[in-house]
Amino acid sequence: MSGSPVFSAQGLTKVYQAGEVTVQALRGVTFDVGAGEFVVMLGPSGSGKSTLLNILGGLDVPTSGSVRWRDHDLSHASEKELTRYRREHVGFVFQFYNLIPSLTARENVELVTDLVPNPMTPEDALNIVGLSARLDHFPAQLSGGEQQRVAIARALAKRPECLLCDEPTGALDIETGRLVLEALARANEELATTTIVITHNATISAMAHRVLKLADGRLAASEVNSHRLTPAELQW
Amino acid sequence: MVRPLNRKLLRDLWRLKSQVITIALVVASGIGGYIGSLSAHASLAALRDGYYESARFAHVFAPVRRAPRAIVTRLRSLPGVLDLDPSIVAATTITIPGESDLMTGQIVSLPRDPDSGMNRVVLARGRWVEPDDDSGVLISQSFARARGIQPGQRLSVLMNGRQQAVTVRGIALSPAYIFAASQGGFADDTRFGVLWMPENRLASAYDLKGAFNLLSLRLGAHGDERSIITAVDKALANYGAAGAYARKDQLSHKMLTQEIEEQRVFGTVLPSVFLAVAIFLLHVLLSRHIATERTQIAALKAMGYGNGTIGAHYFAFTSVTVLFGVVLGVAVGYFFGRWMTGLYARVFSFPDFHFAIVGWVGASAVLLAVVSGVVATFSAVRAVMRLPAAEAMRPPAAPHFHRTFLDRLRLGALLPAPARMVVREIERRPLRTSLTTLGIASSAAIIIAGTWWGDAFAELVDSELFRRDRADVLLALNEPKAIGAFAEIRRLPGVLMAEAARTVPVRLRHGATEYRSALLGLDPDARLRRVQDAQGRDLPLTNGSLVINDRLARVLGVRVGDRIEVEPIEGTRRATHLVISAESGDLMGMYGYVTRRDAARLVGEGDTFNFARVRVDAAQDAHFFEAVRNTPGIAAAGDKRRMVANFRATSQHNLLMFATILSVFATCIAVGVVYNSARITLAEQSWELATLRVMGFTRAEVSWTLLGQLLVQMLIALPIGFLIGHALAAFILDLISSEEFRIPLVVDGGTYALAGTVMLAAGVATSLIVRRRIDQLDLIGVLKTRD
Ligand SMILES: Nc1ncnc2c1ncn2[C@@H]1O[C@H](COP(=O)(O)OP(=O)(O)OP(=O)(O)O)[C@@H](O)[C@H]1O
Ligand SMILES: [Mg+2]
Repeated sequence: MSGSPVFSAQGLTKVYQAGEVTVQALRGVTFDVGAGEFVVMLGPSGSGKSTLLNILGGLDVPTSGSVRWRDHDLSHASEKELTRYRREHVGFVFQFYNLIPSLTARENVELVTDLVPNPMTPEDALNIVGLSARLDHFPAQLSGGEQQRVAIARALAKRPECLLCDEPTGALDIETGRLVLEALARANEELATTTIVITHNATISAMAHRVLKLADGRLAASEVNSHRLTPAELQW
Repeated sequence: MVRPLNRKLLRDLWRLKSQVITIALVVASGIGGYIGSLSAHASLAALRDGYYESARFAHVFAPVRRAPRAIVTRLRSLPGVLDLDPSIVAATTITIPGESDLMTGQIVSLPRDPDSGMNRVVLARGRWVEPDDDSGVLISQSFARARGIQPGQRLSVLMNGRQQAVTVRGIALSPAYIFAASQGGFADDTRFGVLWMPENRLASAYDLKGAFNLLSLRLGAHGDERSIITAVDKALANYGAAGAYARKDQLSHKMLTQEIEEQRVFGTVLPSVFLAVAIFLLHVLLSRHIATERTQIAALKAMGYGNGTIGAHYFAFTSVTVLFGVVLGVAVGYFFGRWMTGLYARVFSFPDFHFAIVGWVGASAVLLAVVSGVVATFSAVRAVMRLPAAEAMRPPAAPHFHRTFLDRLRLGALLPAPARMVVREIERRPLRTSLTTLGIASSAAIIIAGTWWGDAFAELVDSELFRRDRADVLLALNEPKAIGAFAEIRRLPGVLMAEAARTVPVRLRHGATEYRSALLGLDPDARLRRVQDAQGRDLPLTNGSLVINDRLARVLGVRVGDRIEVEPIEGTRRATHLVISAESGDLMGMYGYVTRRDAARLVGEGDTFNFARVRVDAAQDAHFFEAVRNTPGIAAAGDKRRMVANFRATSQHNLLMFATILSVFATCIAVGVVYNSARITLAEQSWELATLRVMGFTRAEVSWTLLGQLLVQMLIALPIGFLIGHALAAFILDLISSEEFRIPLVVDGGTYALAGTVMLAAGVATSLIVRRRIDQLDLIGVLKTRD
């Protein structure tokens, strides 16, 4: 059920310069993502998944190649344009949660709902991830998994056009993981949110429209799922 | 601004409140010192000028031996002269019944009408002396206060060689005697008093009926001081003119102005140091605060917060701190300034009191604080702007460590792990370590710069009143006498040793520069008054030689070997030229030295003297002064021992006050620097410290990794602070040095010890607080989130 492409990447490379060593994180990646598509990205550690996601999310620019979001050229955008792009269109779930320790769960979500015209209430967003009872707790008072769920609520609350998640279930048990995935699936289903999820858990790929496999900075495979499972049907 | 960010701001401020408060205190110290000192300076100058105007303080003073009143009418037509006021002044000694103490003073004539004339006397207490009152006097408030004299008190004063009984009718103030002192002496309110009595009584006692010996002049806005002085001198030349001088050379005004000026120096130098430290503290606090929030900042950016919003958030953090400091500082400045103005207004006996924070001072203080805040924040906020949003997607960066110097020496293995952490932390951030060290050093320096005065004054007294002048009492004669009369002085009871001197007031000229001074004529073998160079070596005096003070030489622009013109303002008044044979290094006064014979010759006399320096057996003190009082011809006597004791007591009291205030300020800074750097290091390393604790290190061991850094910084900082303190003292000295005296740059071990002790106390106090924090370290909480 993929519509016209919203993301389109052409020959993306990314080179990191860390002191005397250069690291080639991406070595020419080309692919499209359709509107409303649910994509799962797999690959061994260090294969370049986070790097690619950062570029799609406007956090970083490629060393060469081009990447577009609809009619926005993200590869040559200024810092200001990228900020606007992120603010208006993207929801992030970070690999390391990145909550503000001095703000409560509700306030961390408000941080995002204050930015956009048509957000969910922070309470609704936290309800989706099953944290209604922990609205006024600070990050240090939450478990690792609970912090991750606040991070997800924070991304969902904005009703973004595209949702980029870096290992959103990394710290979660099966039940809570399923809860989170259901929230993502629902957003994808009901709001047609284009969703890209990075994971080390291959089972999750069963709920995607398409699975992209990265290896050593290259796109190794792009497989379309003929039959999708709902989060409830996933076994791990 | 976005609401949740505001909440974050409030919570961050609350969480870091102790650091915010200590920094605000440092800002407040700087702003307070600045506003207080400069406003006190402005208020005192305004009080002085207002007082001068309302009391019609003269612009020019012309002392003469005896001039007829008729001449006043002639001088009135001089261009630029608004008004003239002839009066009579006379040196005297004062005796309070029942006290053996010898006190000197000045008797000044009162006009018939209290509202006429210049240098108007204002009654503070008691009543006025009527023209026909034949024993009443008014007495200066400072002397009355120092001696506990009330209206009704009976005194005995020496008038033209005769003891006269007088009764105090009232206590009074005069703009001409705000600082009351005998010429060249330390101001000493307990030993120098001013008395006023009706002019007719003074005139008949001193045979000055229809005459005067001091002419005061007020000039119009366009009156040219220099030419008027020349004209007045010329007109009075036949009446024994001693040389007219302008207000700036008037003793009381000169001392008063010097005191007031010092406020300005203190108001600018020390607060500048405070503000520099505050900038540094704010900068360190903010950059460390931001460093610990890197991933949060990146996450905010990833969510779509713009640079402006995030920058403003951190800028607000410093703004609140600075603002807090400013508000506190203005309050501190107001009270500090008010207190100081009050203190000085009392010392100066100003008739009224008014203090206000001067507009431009307040405004510039606030501006200064804001600029400091911006400077402190600028680079840190710029770092925030530059931080890439992708940072949010990466794990918190592990800081880079190097193998240290210690490791390279293979000594590292000898140290336990926590000690190695200390060394590596210090080596890892050389800039921050040196900045913190510098901050601690500056606090030590401030204490030194504020308290070394005691050492300097002790040296001043020692040098001038003991090493150079070894007499106990200086006797001044009414008139020069032939040396034969000196035997009379030797015979006074209790005299152990006596030396005669002939002092001649002179004008010294070199090229276009002219300076009013005096030549001290001493016997070549004089032991009681030594002429010494800057290193304290005795300079021999021989007939024909002229030694002048080195500061005087600078003013005249001359050096050893140059010829200068010497014009005595007494006797023949015939100018001669003398060659400078050496420069003396006296710290006070600007005199020249010749032999007594040469001094007498200069004024056309034979072997004469007009001063005597005497060593007196302390056991016979009372007899001695009793005899002096009863010896006609002795105009005044200065008792050095009591003067020094008194000077020490009052100056020590003032110094102690000042030192205490500065120590409080400096302690604020010390605690601010030490505490902040320890707290921030704790915040940065709490994860590591908690990890160490989890691994089984004891609290004490963990504390040492943090406090060890502090200790090392302290040990490096103290010697540096001592050096900076010494340099700061030299700098302040340079700013307040005056022609009149040179304060020696002497800082005693005790002053360094005081600075060291205050700093160590601040360090210990901080350590205890930090130690408590480490003890309370929430291991699980810390390990769960890395903020
Ligand atoms: N800022 C950086 N500087 C240098 N190298 C980097 C930087 N960021 C990433 N890399 C390198 O680029 C490569 C790809 O990193 P990336 O984070 O995209 O991997 P990943 O696929 O997300 O791995 P993981 O599954 O472990 O999160 C890695 O070798 C990593 O070390
Ligand atoms: Mg990754």
